[in-house]
Amino acid sequence: MNSRLISIIRKEFIQILRDPRTLGIILVIPIVQLFLLGYSATSDVRNIPLAVFDQSQSPEARALLDAFRAADYFRIDYAVNSQEEIAVLIESGEARAGLIIPPDYANRLARGEAQVAFILDGSDPTSASTALSAAQLIGQAHATDILQEKIARSGMPFDLKPPVEVRTRVWYNPDLVSAYFMIPGVIGMILFAITSILTATAIVRERERGTIEQLIVTPIRSWELVIGKITPYALLAFLDTLEVLAIGHWWFGIPIRSPLSLILALSGLLLLSGLGIGLFASTIANTQQEAMLTVWMTLLPAIFLSGFFFPLEAMPKILQVVSYVVPLRYYLVIIRSLLLKGVGVAAIQGEVIALALFGIFIMGAAALRFRKRLD
Amino acid sequence: MQYLIYATDLRKSFGNNHAVDGVDLSIASGEIYGLVGADGAGKTTTLRLLVGALRPDEGQASICGYDLLKQTEQARSQTGYLSQRFSLYEDLTVLENIRFFAEVRGLTQKEWLPRCMDILEFVGLADFKDRRAGQLSGGMKQKLGLASALVTRPRVLLLDEPTTGVDPVTRQDFWQLVIRLVLQHEGVSIIITTPYMDEAARCHRVGFMKSGRIIAEGTPGDLRATLSGRILELRGQPLNLLRHLAAEDEDVEDVQAFGDRLHLRLRQESTGRVLKRLPQRISSGGGTVSDLRQVPPVLEDVFIALTE
Repeated sequence: MNSRLISIIRKEFIQILRDPRTLGIILVIPIVQLFLLGYSATSDVRNIPLAVFDQSQSPEARALLDAFRAADYFRIDYAVNSQEEIAVLIESGEARAGLIIPPDYANRLARGEAQVAFILDGSDPTSASTALSAAQLIGQAHATDILQEKIARSGMPFDLKPPVEVRTRVWYNPDLVSAYFMIPGVIGMILFAITSILTATAIVRERERGTIEQLIVTPIRSWELVIGKITPYALLAFLDTLEVLAIGHWWFGIPIRSPLSLILALSGLLLLSGLGIGLFASTIANTQQEAMLTVWMTLLPAIFLSGFFFPLEAMPKILQVVSYVVPLRYYLVIIRSLLLKGVGVAAIQGEVIALALFGIFIMGAAALRFRKRLD
Repeated sequence: MQYLIYATDLRKSFGNNHAVDGVDLSIASGEIYGLVGADGAGKTTTLRLLVGALRPDEGQASICGYDLLKQTEQARSQTGYLSQRFSLYEDLTVLENIRFFAEVRGLTQKEWLPRCMDILEFVGLADFKDRRAGQLSGGMKQKLGLASALVTRPRVLLLDEPTTGVDPVTRQDFWQLVIRLVLQHEGVSIIITTPYMDEAARCHRVGFMKSGRIIAEGTPGDLRATLSGRILELRGQPLNLLRHLAAEDEDVEDVQAFGDRLHLRLRQESTGRVLKRLPQRISSGGGTVSDLRQVPPVLEDVFIALTE
């Protein structure tokens, strides 16, 4: 191997090891982010505080409340005596939903025409929509139970069964745990952010500290300087990948259904893009701060347009089109498929090719701009 | 004659600023060439052009016969460069820095290690070889820079203000190193930029730069000769009044204070008149002259005359 390249890589490693703070950031930040996002970035709704205005006070009403209690979507926190109290509780945020049972609930139930009112705080649409469907499901299931009981009591030889039944089966993530969706995304985001930021600052540092002036005078070629400088960071990024995968697997229980070698190889494609963007930023910026800002400017929109938080399908057409130039978008599909579905390359070849093309393109563009000169 | 450093009509602009505006240089082997001039005169840009760190807008340059634009790497392999700002790695030790720059310049450990110890001995850093560069004093950093530039045994050394901000004793040391280098190794030439006139006086030849051009060039003796007979030294009391009266004289171009005495630069062919006239004017103005005589000009006088 090229001895100049080895010298640069060794020098870079010595510098990284002599700077324990940076090294610590590189190795610890992904863990912190993983735990933060793994727990906070979840749309699983549990234990919504519910206020109940039960005007009926009948055994039938208590049966309905039991049904609500049994599903752990709701927690009956308040029993109130007027509709206004529900309004006050929801306004103050102490309750997120209210259930009003009318005084004639038992009588009307006997006639088969009972109604209850369910009030929902819709200011957070994600949890509200979960709560809404949960409340409807609980109500329907309870109604079916009552009907079945009624028929059984009437002694009719008649089995109540809806004519069509949709039997659902959820694949890959049967319990619909959001962490399964989120953590692969976190892996992608961390890898992308770390490689692009570190590459940009590492290269700009040579310019900022003036050491580039001495490097220029040596016969080091531009590509040797670039490869030599980014190799150590690429290795550290792979280390981060393994670290995040291990914690995701053993702590958050994320399955790893594809071979590790394939995951690492395809993660390498994302690193290519991250390194390319970092390198490109380094050709624009003159100080490490500028480099950091430049990278962040591209990183933030990239994360939003990658489908990390919000599904791409729900975005306006124009944003969907823009998202085609976001490499993270392809990687998220790849890593989610690899971890959760255990598919081979064939199933995700479109994304793999797109990611590879983007990496080669941005690397090439950055390399063309990168000059071993001061002007 | 073969020049180790040769440049014709070098030009480099940054926007509207013509940093280097037509510089010609021809420096022979064995020569120490001093490039002096006020800040912003274009000295650093000239060196950066000669080392290929900047691309000239116009003009040509060659180092040891290698065209700087077409044979950049060959030219660089003959060049040692010490930039004005410390440009080695502060978080690497003295030895690691030298090792890095030696290896990327293609030396194997067998080559650089013994040489490097010689050089560290030569510059007086042998005892500090394991110290991090960031913990060296300013003078030691410059010596490390020189050591690292010397390890490939370059034939051309470009030193950009190596002694600025360095204490006088270390400055002296540094110059002894530079002079020994040229004496010991045949076929080496050095360009050194400096703001200090006493250092310029040690060079074989000096070029004065102003607004991107070399406006005067020659041996220190030649340059001083341009003002020969035109510098008077004046001592007396009170110095402020003397200064004022001297400046009023129509044949005095410039007055500079050198401690307890004044240097007057005179118009050509006016020395005799001034020597007669000035003492009278001073005594009638209320001052006393203790000494007024013609002195040989120093480079500082030349520098000031050229800068105006």
